[in-house]
Amino acid sequence: MTQNISEHTVKPESPWKEAWKMFLRNKAAAVGLTVLITILLITALGPTLYGVDAYSMVAAPFTPPGADSNVILGTDFLGRDIAAGLIVGGRATLLVGGAAALITVIIGVLVGATAGFFGGNVDEILMRVTEFFQVLPALLFAMVLIALFSPSLLTITFAIGVVAWPQTARLTRAEFLKIKQLEYVTAARSIASTNGRIMWLVILPNALPPLIVSATLVVGVAILFEAGLSFLGMGDPNVMSWGLMIGANRPYILDAWWTVTFPGMCIFLTVLSVSLIGDGLNDAFNPKLRER
Amino acid sequence: MVQTKDVPVLEVDKVEVEFRTSKGVAHVLNKVGFSLEKGKTLGIVGESGSGKSMTALAIMGLVPQPLGRVVAGRILLDGEDLLSASNDRIRQIRGDEISMIFQEPMTSLNPVFTVGEQIAEVFRFHRNADRSQALEQAVKMLHAVGIPHPGQRVKNYPHELSGGMRQRVMIAMALACNPKVLIADEPTTALDVTVQAQIFDLIEDLQKETETTVILITHDMGVIAEMAHRVAVMYAGRIVEEGSVAEILSTPKHPYTIGLISCVPKLDLDPSDQRPPLVEIPGIVPSLIEPGIGCAFAPRCNHATEKCRASIPPSFEVGENHRAACWLSEKR
Repeated sequence: MTQNISEHTVKPESPWKEAWKMFLRNKAAAVGLTVLITILLITALGPTLYGVDAYSMVAAPFTPPGADSNVILGTDFLGRDIAAGLIVGGRATLLVGGAAALITVIIGVLVGATAGFFGGNVDEILMRVTEFFQVLPALLFAMVLIALFSPSLLTITFAIGVVAWPQTARLTRAEFLKIKQLEYVTAARSIASTNGRIMWLVILPNALPPLIVSATLVVGVAILFEAGLSFLGMGDPNVMSWGLMIGANRPYILDAWWTVTFPGMCIFLTVLSVSLIGDGLNDAFNPKLRER
Repeated sequence: MVQTKDVPVLEVDKVEVEFRTSKGVAHVLNKVGFSLEKGKTLGIVGESGSGKSMTALAIMGLVPQPLGRVVAGRILLDGEDLLSASNDRIRQIRGDEISMIFQEPMTSLNPVFTVGEQIAEVFRFHRNADRSQALEQAVKMLHAVGIPHPGQRVKNYPHELSGGMRQRVMIAMALACNPKVLIADEPTTALDVTVQAQIFDLIEDLQKETETTVILITHDMGVIAEMAHRVAVMYAGRIVEEGSVAEILSTPKHPYTIGLISCVPKLDLDPSDQRPPLVEIPGIVPSLIEPGIGCAFAPRCNHATEKCRASIPPSFEVGENHRAACWLSEKR
């Protein structure tokens, strides 16, 4: 009976695999991913390959790029190697950006999922709290938080995470509100799933695509935040970061362009590549853009 | 075996469901009651909004919270009242002793998991099976519902299956634990007519095999004639007529039932120049928020009298095991 219907069956393809294919089809996103991976590799492996101490004086102050073959990208006002600074500083910047984005996503998803799933008073209270955080000027609020505690990588990460989560929360809530009334959620209840299982195993996986896109963008925002805070002098003065490099060399911007331009370029490239990746993920997860 | 035949597996007794809306309280179900014996099929018919699906959700304990709630009545499964049972107990029963097939096979499956994983989930919940055992069972279930190459199909995602196949998967999930009661809420509305017949055959075959009691919700009188043993006709949250399928189809008593039956288009008529127009019942289902004092069907009924508009008719015995809630049936 089954034989004459059809011998071939559709080859199972995970939706994630399909999304990956769509992602690669977006050229800009593929370039962004390559750039980001390169930056990550350089900052991760750089210090072992390029053994110059970023904190010590290696040449005359304000050596322009190309003038001394030992310091390709020149030196800053203390005679520190800019290239070494970029490599070491990238670690702090990316670490803070990534960790802050993680905190943002964790708080945002927890709050948004709870509010969207349970609705009613829970939703009401959580959303008012979210709005409270949302209306505070983010950068100022982060500065206050850092000023309250001492500036260190940990407090900076924490401060960025605390000011940036409301958007993720609202997005998560919206997705949960939409998905919780779909039939497969009722169907999951009809086979006796508990609330916890439904929240995390049924609704969340289906809400992930827009959340992943937004999380990627949050990484970019967090990096900019870190740079902004360091530039304003609210960064950890003992840890080299791209923002700190720009902030410290600010007075010499007219005399030694390279001291601020290279770290600025690094921030620009990183945030741009992260945004391109976000854009590509958006394409990958948006079925309307899929050509079949 | 002979003894158990007349003991009802499921007894629904005067169940009332209310919904809070911005315009007031809607009485979605009004003293809905019926009982069902093992292995039998009850067909529930009625227009959209008559309370068919809500009856199903009430039995499953899935009345949408917090807006809706069951305010009165009892739902007895083998004598155990589901409405007063604890949440944990309800969760044990759901999917194990009572299960449900939903209207839309296209949206009733979780798109991010394979169908195998979703069927396996049932076994992991209710039978404490480990992952590989559960998947093995899932393959068996897919085979039982007539899906070719079940071993490969378990690895498919819902979007890779056709509507009919997905509904088969839903049936596999629903029947995974050999439930005592299976509720099928318009299981074929979204499917082609040809597939529709296959799905009903499948449900009927499986029902014979497992002696499952089936509640079939539909608005299709033709399906009722083929599948059901008993029929309950619902209108505006009430059961207006209930009886055996033969009685309801041959001697319907309630004007609404008569209307529903005459609405079925007849294919055997000669489609010559005198093609009969499609029959309809004029008007729409009334608001459930401000029910009038009379029979809810009175505004649409050709036989309505002053009495109909003044008071709600109780259910009258009009035949053996056949009841109708209509003042016309009072005189006999």
